[in-house]
Amino acid sequence: MQNVVLSMRALCKAFPGVRALQNVDFTLCKGEIHALMGENGAGKSTLIKVLTGVYPKDSGQIHIAGNSKEITVKSPQEAQNLGISTVYQEITLCPNLTVAENMFIGRGNYRFVNWRSMEKKTTEILAKLNIPARATQQLATCSLAVQQMVAIARSVDMDCKVLILDEPTSSLDEHEVKKLFALMRELKSRGVGIIFITHFLEQVYEICDRITVLRNGELVGEYAIRDLPRIQLISKMMGKDLEDISALQSQKPLQEVKEDAIPVFEACGLCSAAGVNAFDFKIYGGEVNGFTGLLGSGRSESVRAIFGADKITGGRVKVNGKNVKISKPKDAMRHGVGYLPEDRKQDGVVEDLSVRANMILALQVMKGFFQPFSKMEAEAFAEEYIKLLGIKTTSTDTPVKSLSGGNQQKVILARWLLTNPKYLILDEPTRGIDVGTKVEIQKLVRKLAEEGVSVTFISSEIEEMLRTCSRLIVMRDRKIVGELGGEDMTQAKVMHTIAGEAVQNG
Amino acid sequence: MANAFKKFAKSQLAIPLFALLLLIVFNLIRDVGFFSLTITTNNNGNAVFSGNIISILNGASELAILAIGMTLVTASSKGQDISVGASAAIAGSVFVRVLRENQITMPIILAAFLASCVVAIIFGAFNGTLVAVFKIQPMIASLILFSAGRSIAYWINGGATPTVESPLLSYIGSFIPGIPIPTPIIIVILFGALVSLLLRFTNLGLYTQAVGINEKSARLNGINAVFIKLLSFTVLGVCAAISGSIAVSRIGLINHETILLDIEMDAILAVAIGGNALNGGKFSLTGSVIGAFVIQALTITLYAMKIPSTSIKAYKALVIIAIVVIGSPIVRKYALWLRDKLFKKPAKAKQTDENGEFAL
Repeated sequence: MQNVVLSMRALCKAFPGVRALQNVDFTLCKGEIHALMGENGAGKSTLIKVLTGVYPKDSGQIHIAGNSKEITVKSPQEAQNLGISTVYQEITLCPNLTVAENMFIGRGNYRFVNWRSMEKKTTEILAKLNIPARATQQLATCSLAVQQMVAIARSVDMDCKVLILDEPTSSLDEHEVKKLFALMRELKSRGVGIIFITHFLEQVYEICDRITVLRNGELVGEYAIRDLPRIQLISKMMGKDLEDISALQSQKPLQEVKEDAIPVFEACGLCSAAGVNAFDFKIYGGEVNGFTGLLGSGRSESVRAIFGADKITGGRVKVNGKNVKISKPKDAMRHGVGYLPEDRKQDGVVEDLSVRANMILALQVMKGFFQPFSKMEAEAFAEEYIKLLGIKTTSTDTPVKSLSGGNQQKVILARWLLTNPKYLILDEPTRGIDVGTKVEIQKLVRKLAEEGVSVTFISSEIEEMLRTCSRLIVMRDRKIVGELGGEDMTQAKVMHTIAGEAVQNG
Repeated sequence: MANAFKKFAKSQLAIPLFALLLLIVFNLIRDVGFFSLTITTNNNGNAVFSGNIISILNGASELAILAIGMTLVTASSKGQDISVGASAAIAGSVFVRVLRENQITMPIILAAFLASCVVAIIFGAFNGTLVAVFKIQPMIASLILFSAGRSIAYWINGGATPTVESPLLSYIGSFIPGIPIPTPIIIVILFGALVSLLLRFTNLGLYTQAVGINEKSARLNGINAVFIKLLSFTVLGVCAAISGSIAVSRIGLINHETILLDIEMDAILAVAIGGNALNGGKFSLTGSVIGAFVIQALTITLYAMKIPSTSIKAYKALVIIAIVVIGSPIVRKYALWLRDKLFKKPAKAKQTDENGEFAL
């Protein structure tokens, strides 16, 4: 292959008890966008960390264009000097500094800073890369996407040959993703090799040229994008047959509920201090419905209002046809409502507490302050759900923060399942977790619904919503703008409704 | 066995116990008879235990009790209450005031103590409200009472050093006839047992840790974070009342300027030596109590070495720097690395400890 900018051969890395990488090969060409795919624990991050000098490699070779000899990367700083830059999911810049300062911080000599030339140069770079920001603007005032772009611009300006983007899109909305992709294409045309790590299959197929798939620390293969249909990619990542996945996809949406039944939960004119407009909502027993809309459309705020997570400013709520008052989460919990929050880290896990304590937390609160579960009871609950949900943890005593994202999510899911809810709200339960776990969670939602539990399901991936829900509530600008069910549940229709009258592309 | 040891070495009690052990060994080498326990007859004609070990346990009583409350406050509110010394002075003044206005009998002493509890709880709740409701940083919130507390203590009695004299009071401050152990030690044991029961039979521990680690998440699980923080401050108030009353009972007078002076810093230090994170979350009360004993043992050791009381604080500081540095994560990591190197274990084990898990 000509124009190879980076090649890794027979890379091995072991941690005690785990062979994180076994004989992995990876080749990146000039001017290509190369997706690195794999489930959580497949070895993607380890590969990147070996490449950027965070971990030393055990064996294998790394070659980079411009260096005739094999290289060893000892530190992230050295990686940068070699032309390997990484932009992480979480922005690692300083939000309190200006864009220009962020572009140049930690570079060059510190003796003398020429502010004017720095700003001038920044303006040039921003213009060149089409980034909508000013050099003197404080970084925090830019949108997340622009911040990400500034991080990328900084890397590019440091003459990088290899740009690693680790989950750059997971906190961006569709519009921002488009902008980021435009920038990636621009860089591609300049000959930068980009390694793109993401959980979003759509995005891989939109922008990437080739895919390398890892599984359990081993290389599965390297494919050109057109040779690998989605379904095959998923099966390669999971190492499972297609049947499992296609079975789920071909499943019909759940049947509609009779209109004359009493809703499990009904809200009328509900609104909260978080700024969602008054809305009506109801859900029947065994129904799965979903709130959809762009990021910031108010879908999360709506379900938070249902759970009483924000200050309720108006509206009436009925549970099983009876008027009730829900003003704080505990009220909702008493009426059999469970809520898995969107932001797992901020609102979900209690990081330092054990897996066990995290699981029993909600049930324990419902049981009461003066009636703690004995250690044995708690242990039994934890063991049961670790088995039921297939949570990978060394013990029930392990702090939950040391679990992978998908497993943390399952712990929170277990927390709410333990409370035996009648109505379960799942806000982005599948965000940032691997395909296998996603499928498991979708299956679980169906199973719950069959058992008569009502579920509200929110996901950024419309396909996933269409597959899981029988009714979709569409939101725009903190208002409900439509409700779709039955025949109307198609991607195009949903897009139309989200876009409203300004519809162009379906 | 080796495994149990390993587990212990990782637990947060390792450092405070190690420090305590070091002090004990040091004293034994210096003077074999340092910890000898003798029975003497005190002024009231009671046979009582005496010796350095009793001085340490007895002297640490107020500190140990305050350390328990301080641990809870630290865990729930991610900060420290620096007004405990002033609160204890207020509580002690209330104690003295009630005693002075009545014929001192056992019920009156009890009533005086309850009155001081109520007042200390009110002041604790004041701090707690500032922290929990108005979200003011604990140290800033308690700075108010830290500055004003000792003046308030003065107003309560309206005199510089009011005295109260009664043999009954000395039962609390020193010995109950027939019991050879100083009463403050017994109070610490009783209070410790009470708090342990509270932790065992309620969810105080779980809720406090959940609030301290992730308040938002705790709230979404139905925990009333404001209440939990307020509760921890009121518990600390009770601790201040108990230690204030003990301190008054010991000497039969209260000097609002000097009673339990600087004890807030020692209490915070005890929490830290106990291996508790000062930014909240998981806690161990045992650790803090051991921390209190370490501090007192250190003081007694220095006194025994005939170090003049004027320079004792400087020496104390030296030892505390050593303890805190030894307990720091950097030194711990280095110690692990050294162990691996000495015992020829693969060096990779270090990586696991740093990351907790493999970020694959």
